[in-house]
Amino acid sequence: MSAVGELTQIVSRRKKGGVREKHPDNKISLVFMAPWLIGLLGITIIPMIASFALSFTDYSLLAPPEFVGLANFREMLGDTRLHHSLVVTFTYVIVGTPLQLIAALLLAVVLNQGMKGLSFYRSVFYLPSLMGGSVAISILWRQMFGADGLVNRFLGMLGFTDLPGWVSNPDTALWTIILLHVWTFGSPMIIFLAGLRQIPQMYYEAASVDGASKVSQFFRITIPLLTPIIFFNLVLQVINAFQTFTQAFVVSGGTGGPSDSTLFYTLYLYQKGFTQFDMGYASAMAWLLLVIVAIFTAINFFVSKFWVHYDD
Amino acid sequence: MTDLSTAAPEIPGRPATPAPTAPRRKAAGGSAGRSGRAVLKHAAMIVASIIMIYPLLWMVVSSLRPNEEIFRNASLWPLSFDIDNYVRGWTAQSFDFGHYILNSTLLVVGCVIGNLFACTLTAYAFARLRFWGRNIAFAVMLMTLMLPIHVVIVPQYIMFSQTGWVNTMLPLILPKFLATDAFFIFLMVQFIRGIPRELDEAARIDGCGHLRIFFRIVLPLMTPALATTTIFTFMWTWNDFFGSLIYLTTPDHFTVPLALKSYLDSQGSSDWGAMFAMSIVSLVPLFLVFLFGQKFLVRGFATTGIK
Repeated sequence: MSAVGELTQIVSRRKKGGVREKHPDNKISLVFMAPWLIGLLGITIIPMIASFALSFTDYSLLAPPEFVGLANFREMLGDTRLHHSLVVTFTYVIVGTPLQLIAALLLAVVLNQGMKGLSFYRSVFYLPSLMGGSVAISILWRQMFGADGLVNRFLGMLGFTDLPGWVSNPDTALWTIILLHVWTFGSPMIIFLAGLRQIPQMYYEAASVDGASKVSQFFRITIPLLTPIIFFNLVLQVINAFQTFTQAFVVSGGTGGPSDSTLFYTLYLYQKGFTQFDMGYASAMAWLLLVIVAIFTAINFFVSKFWVHYDD
Repeated sequence: MTDLSTAAPEIPGRPATPAPTAPRRKAAGGSAGRSGRAVLKHAAMIVASIIMIYPLLWMVVSSLRPNEEIFRNASLWPLSFDIDNYVRGWTAQSFDFGHYILNSTLLVVGCVIGNLFACTLTAYAFARLRFWGRNIAFAVMLMTLMLPIHVVIVPQYIMFSQTGWVNTMLPLILPKFLATDAFFIFLMVQFIRGIPRELDEAARIDGCGHLRIFFRIVLPLMTPALATTTIFTFMWTWNDFFGSLIYLTTPDHFTVPLALKSYLDSQGSSDWGAMFAMSIVSLVPLFLVFLFGQKFLVRGFATTGIK
């Protein structure tokens, strides 16, 4: 069961109120849990609270934080670069994630039909997802989609001339990064493949006997039984996509340009917090990100009731 | 709801995961239409594979070509073996590239040890111990899996700058010793749940405490999960850019991704050959891990992803 499934279960079980459990291992568990407890407190919870407090201050590391009330949030309302970065990030998440998952699902289904060379194809499709987050691949992307890059060479062979650089054009720069995201569909594909193997073969045999076509088998058997895994992939990929940073940073040289067209939210947050050292504003931005991610995840969980089938 | 079969495929005495779906074409194989479709499918897959892998191959080939050739030649042919780019790229910055590789290696080793140490302990507690608040703690752990790092990074940075640890690797390694990578805890919990409890109970009857059960029985059986954790930690740490960018400020502490970034900054787009060459150098370890650790990578994803 995935992390997402398990979390759903714990939360729903708590509501019902279970049998009183006994706790014979209270003492020894402190030994085992000590690193995690210290980490949770020192690395996660206290910094979260601090970040919340800092979001109401003006703080640049040099002087002590100065309380400014809601000034940071008021500034965010009028910050057009921030609004722009939200548009960029939403476009990336809402377009890139479904495209990536659809590619992953389609190829997983094809690969699952017991074709020869399965492990070779699987490796080829999986490899990019291991490297996609690296600086090296972002450097490659910057060359490929540059004015004299690989992509324009190919288009030149097809007769297109005077092509602009895709990464230097504000209308297309974001799409090159979305493409990079889709290119890394290998890891969700592996998860889908593992899920497809859990579907009992007899369902398909029964459907074939009843005369169901391959297409209706796909929509009536494969997709419904795979919904928990699709859901898991969706939740995690959306959360990850919101935090995309390296690709935008390297492709744009850290600026988010041209004309802020690749100014991802995290990149803007980095600029505010770690190049302008506006720690208060960056903290306020971080909390907005948390709220946005939480809302997206909550929507995902809520909507999942209508389309995800758990077979128990 | 329990799906133990996927959690620990290698535990003896329990049926392995269901076999992969049998080739469906077999029964009807032989007819011309069927084999025609198979050929078509292979053709489509081959085209897709080439599109997927072409950029990587082209980068490898181009890194061995003179600079002016990179812009002129979009094909993989003709091959050339000019190692000039590698020589130039290796020594282009204030330290040899080997220095950055060494830094990255140290970071990886620290993070791997941290994750193996802290996540195994935590996972054992979640999977085997009954203590007050376990379910809530487990839910909290799962929620931290989804927490954006940005919401803690600013105070963490302030904290580490007060302890004087900025521009050292401590801020990147220490959290691993405090089990902050929930992904691996979850992976290991799944795995330990698949280890038959009879083994622990037999040891208990012989008078073993939990620490001894953990070290003598559970830990040795966990090697596949430990391998998966090692490989994933390696890949993520090797690739990690955000953490290095924030905490490492002078070139003597730069990791490989940061060195590539600063090389790109200083070169602009003038020396793609050398930049490609060092990019390839940075990808080689990932490729090797992929080659030899693919089994564990795939299993890691499969285990944590099912249902």
